[in-house]
Amino acid sequence: MTDRPCKILVVDDETDLEPLVLQRMRRSIRRGKYEFVFAHNGVEALERLNEDEGIDMVLSDINMPQMDGLTLLEQIPKVNPNIRSVIISAYGDMKNIRTAMNRGAFDFVTKPVDFADLQVTIDRTMRHLMEWRAALAARDKLVSLQNELDVASKMQQSILPREFPQRDDYEVFANMAPARNVGGDFYDLLQLNDGRIGLAVADVSDKGVPAALFMMSTRTLLKGAAIGHEGPGDVLREVNDLLNESNESAMFVTVLYGVYDPATRDFIYANGGHNSPLVVHGDGSSTELPLTGGVALGVMPELPYEQAIVTLAPDDTVVLYTDGVTEAMNADGEEFGVDRLREVFAANPPQGSETANRTVFEAVHAFAGDTPQSDDVTCLVFRPREAAL
Amino acid sequence: MDADTQWKGSRRTLFQATRIGSEGMNTKWESHDGAIVATVDGRVDGANAHEFQEALEAVIKASESAVILDFEQLSYISSAGLRVVLLAAKELRKQSKQFAVCSLAGSILEVFKISGFDQIIPVHSTQAEAIAAVNA
Repeated sequence: MTDRPCKILVVDDETDLEPLVLQRMRRSIRRGKYEFVFAHNGVEALERLNEDEGIDMVLSDINMPQMDGLTLLEQIPKVNPNIRSVIISAYGDMKNIRTAMNRGAFDFVTKPVDFADLQVTIDRTMRHLMEWRAALAARDKLVSLQNELDVASKMQQSILPREFPQRDDYEVFANMAPARNVGGDFYDLLQLNDGRIGLAVADVSDKGVPAALFMMSTRTLLKGAAIGHEGPGDVLREVNDLLNESNESAMFVTVLYGVYDPATRDFIYANGGHNSPLVVHGDGSSTELPLTGGVALGVMPELPYEQAIVTLAPDDTVVLYTDGVTEAMNADGEEFGVDRLREVFAANPPQGSETANRTVFEAVHAFAGDTPQSDDVTCLVFRPREAAL
Repeated sequence: MDADTQWKGSRRTLFQATRIGSEGMNTKWESHDGAIVATVDGRVDGANAHEFQEALEAVIKASESAVILDFEQLSYISSAGLRVVLLAAKELRKQSKQFAVCSLAGSILEVFKISGFDQIIPVHSTQAEAIAAVNA
């Protein structure tokens, strides 16, 4: 990060937000980490942005007089395309959140504002912005394909969540080991209403900066669609249609998206051309969940996406992964394969999400030996936990 | 606050990665009863997908015929390779020309099924069936 504080423009017509932000963020302000400036509607916000080039990000309410937050979102890139916006919305306001994500908002927080969550969101946005700026700067100096791949890799790393919920009722851990000459895997975790969590792993075809940009837009669209639709099948259908609106290069992305409800231990999932999740039982035996028959996203618009449901046992563990795991090769040209993955768990029944995740990476690493890694390896593990009474 | 520090153990790149050479793939083109048949052997991956794309584009441009890709000798296709197949399918559809793939070995057929490409692109079990289908 840079040495100067990150400058955040807060836009809200309610005047009580200003003293609250200054009070709750006072430590970070005093330490020189954040600096806040304020505006009370979209018009005022654009004036601030025009006169101050140092503003890094915008935190904006939606409903405001003169110019609302959604209109502001459209105007910001005209002033400065490298500003990232986070919107503040009422929780139930799915329609506006969806519109904001489609208009390029990087993230959103909901009212009433949880300041700890806001701080995490600001930090993640800033980390992304720093990587993005580094990527832009590096792009200017591109001299070889390898440089371009480094840029793609940085963009890819910047969107991955690095904090994992360890709750009373479930736990999650995920990791992505990038290959040098291909880049296109990502995973995401989405906190949904009623304590549910959305889990995604995805693999973009091709490599380099165009694939990284495709990955970024997939991630944003998925995040927006996940808020707007209950069912994973509907989420994939919408992301697929939006990705197909402008896709001359025939890029596509395989996605496994599922929603886990800790109240019922139901896992509802849909696959868009992705390999099926593995459910590992308490004794180490495992079941491959049936595919739901969806085509990879971005291939063709207006396709249906079916979903399936499985009720997990309290000691089940769900393993989502990309083909970098099963297609990892050893010196004899053999693939790691699903059977070896299942054998690994049969010998080491999962004890926790993080250790189970490491087990996968260690097994793939040991199998591949000195054979170069030719694809990203991604694995996301989650487990129900007995809810505390 | 430093998330990078928390992450240090698992963020490390697992394997030494180097670029795999672009050899490993051979394509043979033949004309058969109104169709151009390409027999592709070896691997199509990120390293040679571009070469495969250029060869396919040249054939599509030069010929008025239907195009069939025979994958009997293909041992591996990555997502970058699938993208080239999809590009060809889209281009041929735009030009109202027929397109099919045939003779997919076990693991290749599985890749087509999992990715859903078998729902988008006509898949035939033999070259003869594919030729009959594009001429139907």
